[in-house]
Amino acid sequence: MGPSINEFFPAPILFIGTPFELNRIMLIRLLAVAALLLILWLGTRRLKLVPGRGQVAMEFAIDFARKGIAIDTLGEKEGKRFAPLIMTIFFLTLALNVTGTIPGLQIASTGLIGQAIILSIIAYVTFVYAGIRKFGVGRFFKNALWLPGVPVAIKPIIAVLEVLSTFIVRPITLTLRLTMNMVAGHMLLVLCFLATGFFFNMLISGSAWGLIGAGTLLMGIAFVVLEIFVAALQAYIFAILTAIYIQLALADEH
Amino acid sequence: MHTAFFLTASGPEAEGSHSILLPELPDLIWGSIAFVVVLIVILRVVMPNITRALDARHDAIEGGIKRAEKAQAEAASTKDQFEEALKEARTEAAKIREQARADGVRILAELKEQAQAEAARINAAALATIEVERQNALNSLRGEVGTLALSLASSVIGSSLKDDKVSASIVDRFLADLEADSSTKAGK
Repeated sequence: MGPSINEFFPAPILFIGTPFELNRIMLIRLLAVAALLLILWLGTRRLKLVPGRGQVAMEFAIDFARKGIAIDTLGEKEGKRFAPLIMTIFFLTLALNVTGTIPGLQIASTGLIGQAIILSIIAYVTFVYAGIRKFGVGRFFKNALWLPGVPVAIKPIIAVLEVLSTFIVRPITLTLRLTMNMVAGHMLLVLCFLATGFFFNMLISGSAWGLIGAGTLLMGIAFVVLEIFVAALQAYIFAILTAIYIQLALADEH
Repeated sequence: MHTAFFLTASGPEAEGSHSILLPELPDLIWGSIAFVVVLIVILRVVMPNITRALDARHDAIEGGIKRAEKAQAEAASTKDQFEEALKEARTEAAKIREQARADGVRILAELKEQAQAEAARINAAALATIEVERQNALNSLRGEVGTLALSLASSVIGSSLKDDKVSASIVDRFLADLEADSSTKAGK
């Protein structure tokens, strides 16, 4: 049997039949969240003036999200205001993505679309809220849709396109980009390792074609490395796009 | 719920079939819980810790700079004080030296004056003594010369010049002549 989407839908284990139904993937998600909370708590519990090695790594990660994503995109004031939210998106997505390459877990719970939808809705609500809070409803939508420097005749057309791109396409792309990357990555790994198993079985039964298994194994290892990178990259993209959307909503004019 | 929706939407399929695009309730619920929990921990634990650490570090660096500046200022003021003291000491020394020189000059002058006075006094005393001696010598000479002259004259004339009054007047006249004579000689 080849890799299928059902990899993401194993049988429920706990609370069967309730909305809190837990299957293996949900358990992996909770495990990842627990590990993340533990790292965040222990890592920032006793920060010293002169950091040790562990603290330097922890500070690097936090500073990457806090300064590198939030403050550098939004500026000092707004950056600090939205930093907790953007850090949450970054670290949560990273933790959930990275389980896709951890031996024994080997599936990313962000491959389930629900998590990505939740994060997208939060990003969406945040940037709309930030814009309305700053400009009021009328001016926010006017800023977003009624673009200056566009001939009056085609302004309505542009406005429709802006509605589409800003308020419809953005959350959808945020969601799909994350989920599909994780699903595709998982499929690639499953394919490589299933193929390796298949070819090595051929080798055992005496067929020289089984040597192809060495190639698929190497590819599998290479894709594991790639997936670690993609896990971090997708977390970064989700966080920085959220920051950019907030920044655009807060900008006076586009 | 969603599964049911999916099944009706896409026709008869095996039970337990799932859509990759439609979220399921547990996924949404646990996803929301995951987000909220992480957000709370970041807001309540991570941010305060980070802020505290950054502030402490900022304070330490700022404080270090301030302390260094203070120490430098203190050093500068101490140096100023030392220089001031040194200058005062130099002035003081110069003043003392000047004073000593003036004192020396004064003492020297006083000593010179005293010596001169002493010399003058000794001189005057010597002159007085000499005058007294001369007077004494003169008186005694006068007596002796008178007696000598009288005895000489007595022996010359052969008669004693007994009458003292007469002899005295003779002697006096003689001496007066002698003096007048010697003074005229001395005057020439």
